[in-house]
Amino acid sequence: MSKYAPLLEALTRLRGIRGAMVVEAADGLVVAESLMGGLKGTALAAMAANIATRATDLAGGAAVGAPRFVHLQATEGALLVAPAGSNLVLVAVASRDVPLGLLRLEMLRMAERLS
Amino acid sequence: MRAIEPWVLGPLRSFVSESSARLALLMTTSGQVVAQHGFTGALDLMSAAALGAGIIASSSELAMQMDWPPFRIVAHQGEQFSHFLAWFESPRGRWVGLVVFGSETKLGVVQVYFDQLVEELVAAAPPEPVQKKEVLAADFERELNASLRALFGR
Repeated sequence: MSKYAPLLEALTRLRGIRGAMVVEAADGLVVAESLMGGLKGTALAAMAANIATRATDLAGGAAVGAPRFVHLQATEGALLVAPAGSNLVLVAVASRDVPLGLLRLEMLRMAERLS
Repeated sequence: MRAIEPWVLGPLRSFVSESSARLALLMTTSGQVVAQHGFTGALDLMSAAALGAGIIASSSELAMQMDWPPFRIVAHQGEQFSHFLAWFESPRGRWVGLVVFGSETKLGVVQVYFDQLVEELVAAAPPEPVQKKEVLAADFERELNASLRALFGR
């Protein structure tokens, strides 16, 4: 069992979470995942890491420091990305009816533990 | 971007644009070039094809020695540029893709779009001609020159 498994399990136990992953930030590859059927881990990891990199570039350009949390709201749910140190990214896919505040707090706490 | 078989161009063009690859090369497992993007000299292209096919062959052999299934993907990470090398089954037999990419993209992104490229190639391939021409030694040089003309337009 991966050392990240308990963390991902805790995250996916929250209501409305369709999946969570720990992703290697530089390469966009999956380190650990807990996803519901229908979600493609490799594609999600690659795109989420790309978003995290672009957000870091953007925040750097705006001189506001490193991003702590990225929230991409879509019509049927949300993609949440929390950089964890310089090497990892914590990613969660949430459906529409999720208490996003609680989820955000949980992810920030977990990202801190990961970094 | 040039290809010996024109139906390869569409999928390869989307792959290059979506993955932000700097160089892309499709070849057979024996190192015969099928299509390329970004290479400017015949020598570089032929060397890259031969080396790529060699890496796939040697890593497959290594896996066989260990009683493992052959590695499908080999990635080399560099400081400025990295490369991704993978074999796949195309409608024309086993092909190898060599992709060179920089820091503007990621290995994971290249891998995702490479899988898409393979799917698109399978869908785009026209049926193979029924009668296969026998390859004679006398035809080899003419075919090689024709391939180089198709790949470099000269």
